[in-house]
Amino acid sequence: MDADTKVVLVTGVSRDLGRRFARRLADEPGVARVVGVDAVPPRGDIGDVSFVRADIRNPVIAKVIAKEDVDTVVHMSVIATPGSAGGRGTMKELNVIGTMQLLAACQKSRSIRHLVVKSTSTVYGASSRDPAMFTEDMQPRRQPSSGYAKDVAEIEGYVRGFARRRPDVRVTTLRLANVLGPHVTSPITSYFRLPVIPTVLGFDPRLQFVHETDLMRVLTHCVHTDVPGTFNVAGDGVMLLSQAVRRLRKPTVPLVRPAVGGVAAVLKSARMADFSPEQLGFLTFGRGIDTSRMRAELGFEPVLTTEQAFADFASSTGRSASPVERVLDGLSSTLPGRATSGAGRG
Amino acid sequence: MGDAEIIPIGTGGRPGRGTGSARPSKASRTLAGGARPAARRTPAPAAEPEARTGRPAATTHDRAPMAGITPGEWLAAFQTGAVQVFGDDWERQLARLLAFLRRRLTGEYDVDEYGFDQEVAEKLLLASLRPIAERWFRIEARGVENLPTDGGALVVSNHSGTLPVDGLMTMFTIHEHTGRFLRPLGADLVFRMPLVSSLARKGGATLACNEDAERMLASGELVGVWPEGFKGIGKPFTERYKLQRFGRGGFVAAALRTGVPIVPLSVVGAEEIYPLVGNVPSLARLLGIPYVPITPLFPWLGPLGLVPLPSKWLMEFGEPIRTDEYDAGSADDPMLVFNVTDQVRETIQQSLYSLLMQRTSVWH
Repeated sequence: MDADTKVVLVTGVSRDLGRRFARRLADEPGVARVVGVDAVPPRGDIGDVSFVRADIRNPVIAKVIAKEDVDTVVHMSVIATPGSAGGRGTMKELNVIGTMQLLAACQKSRSIRHLVVKSTSTVYGASSRDPAMFTEDMQPRRQPSSGYAKDVAEIEGYVRGFARRRPDVRVTTLRLANVLGPHVTSPITSYFRLPVIPTVLGFDPRLQFVHETDLMRVLTHCVHTDVPGTFNVAGDGVMLLSQAVRRLRKPTVPLVRPAVGGVAAVLKSARMADFSPEQLGFLTFGRGIDTSRMRAELGFEPVLTTEQAFADFASSTGRSASPVERVLDGLSSTLPGRATSGAGRG
Repeated sequence: MGDAEIIPIGTGGRPGRGTGSARPSKASRTLAGGARPAARRTPAPAAEPEARTGRPAATTHDRAPMAGITPGEWLAAFQTGAVQVFGDDWERQLARLLAFLRRRLTGEYDVDEYGFDQEVAEKLLLASLRPIAERWFRIEARGVENLPTDGGALVVSNHSGTLPVDGLMTMFTIHEHTGRFLRPLGADLVFRMPLVSSLARKGGATLACNEDAERMLASGELVGVWPEGFKGIGKPFTERYKLQRFGRGGFVAAALRTGVPIVPLSVVGAEEIYPLVGNVPSLARLLGIPYVPITPLFPWLGPLGLVPLPSKWLMEFGEPIRTDEYDAGSADDPMLVFNVTDQVRETIQQSLYSLLMQRTSVWH
C-alpha cells in the first residue's frame, strides 16, 4: 500500500465505538478517506468521516464500495443486544444478513484488499467443561443454539467462507474480550452499573477485559498491518467477578442459578440490564482467552491490562469507600507504631 | 422506676378499709375489677415532686456505661490486648492484618489465569487442613525429595475415599514439605457444582483436560492428577487398594509433550476414611452425580456420618519417571503412551502393596 491511499469503509458508525473509531482512523497517516456506513446517522461528531446512509442488509452497500473505491473494510456492526435494534429478529437480521450482504459486496468488488472483522470471545461459549484459556484453534464445548453467540458463530463461518473464495483479500478476525471504558454501553457495563449486582451463588467466574482505547488501537493496527488470521484480543491478566465487584464497592445479591433467570427478566423489562443466556453462562463459568498469538503474530500489545481497564471503568462509576473500609483506614492510620516501625525498617 | 413510692389516696369510694398501706388487700382488688388503671394513674403525679426534691434528674450522659473511661485508658487497654494477641511486635502485625483485611475487602489482590488466589489457598484452605492432616490422619510423607523444587512436574496418585479428601491432603503435604502449591486437575463435575467450583479454582485447581494440563506444566507448575477418577474414588470398600483403569493416558501425553517428570504417589489410609459399602445408582442418576455413597455411618448418622474415620495415612512419593528422553512426536504414539501409563500404574500399585505390608494397623 502506498502512503495515504487507503480508503476505508467502516460499518456500524451510528454506535459510539464505531463512530469514534472512524473519526480516529480519518486522522491516521496512510489513510486517505474513511467512509462510515450505517442504517441510522451517527449521533455525535464524525469529523472528516464521510457518512453514507445505507443499510448493509441490502445490496446498496455494493454500490457504495464500488463508487468510493474502497480497499479496506472494517466490519463493526455486529450487535450484542436486541435492545437498540428493536427485537431479536431484527438483531439477527442485522448481524447475519447484514454480514452476508457485506461479504457478497466485498466478493464482487475488485478494489477490496483487506477485511477486518470485529468479532467477540463469546464464540467460545462458557461452560463447566471449558479449558482455562481458549486459544484461537479451539472450538466451543457446546455449539450455541441461539442468540448473540450463535450469530457470531455464523458470521465467523461466512467470513471464513469469504476468505476461502477470495484468497487475495487479507481477512483479519479479532475475537475481543469484553470491552470496558467510561463511554461504553454494553451488556457487561450496564451489569456493572447496576446499584446492587446480582451474582450466581457459588460461582466466581474469571473475567477478562480490554479497554476501549485498546480496541481502537488494535483495529487501527489491523488496518495498517498485513497479517491475516484470527486473533484473541484481551488485556493481560484475569479478574474474578467477586474481585471486580469489590473494586466497584458495590453490594452483591447471590442468587441460586435457577432464580437468576427471573431476576434477569425483571431487569430486562425495567431496561436496567440485558441478560442474554450466553451472558448468564459467562457470569457463571467465566472464560479466559489466550493472547499469545496476538503478541507473536499480530504484533499488538494492549496498553492497559484487564485490571487497569477495569479500574478506569470503575472510576467512572462514582464509587465511594465503604464504611468498613473507612474504619480500617482510620484504624491503620491511628496505629501508634506505624511511622516508627516504617522508619526502623527503612 | 423501682424506687418510686406509691402513695394511695384513700380508697376512692371503692370497697376496702383505706388503711393507707401500699397495696389494697387481695379481696378489695378483686372487687374493684376494671377500675384499677384509674387508681394506678393517680399516684404517679404525687411521686414526681418527691423524686425531684430527692436527687437531680438522671441524664443519659451520666448513665453512659463508658463515661468514666478516658480515651487514653481505652488506648492503653487496647495496647495491652494487642500485645497479648500478637506479641511484642503487635504494631506491625496489626498493621499487616489491617492491610490484609483492606486488600480482601477492596479486591486489590491478584489471581492467576486459572483463578488461583494464593492468599485464599494458603491462609484459608491449607491452614484449615493442618489440624486434619496432622492430628486426625497423622500423615506420614515419604520420598518428598523426589518432588522437584522448581519447574514443572506431574504428580500422579491413586484415588480413594468416597470424597476427594486425598487430593486436599496431598496439596497440604506437598506445600508443607516443599512450599510449592500443587495444582490439581479436577473433573468437570467439580466446576459444575456451586461453591465447590469457586473454591476449587481459588485453591488452584483447573479442569482435567489436555489443554490445561499442558499449559500448566509448560509454565512450570506442579500439577496433580488422579487418573482413576470416579472409578477410583467411588469403588466399593471390598476393592480397596486395587487400582482401577488409568483413564486414557491423557496425563502421560501431556507430560510427554512438555517433557516434565512424572512423580508417582501412593496414598495408603484414604480408603478407610469413608468405607463405601453401598450405592444408590438411581438417586445418583437423578442428581446427576456419579454415585450416592452409603457408608457404615452415612446417611444413618446424618451430618455426623460425614466425619471421616481417623485412619493413619502414609504417602509415598516414588522416583520420578523421566519423559524428556522421548522424542518430540512420542506423545502421538499411542503404544508408547499406553506403555508409560502402565509403567506408572504398576509403580503405584507395587508401592501400595509394600506400604500395606509395612502397615500394622489401619488406625495407627
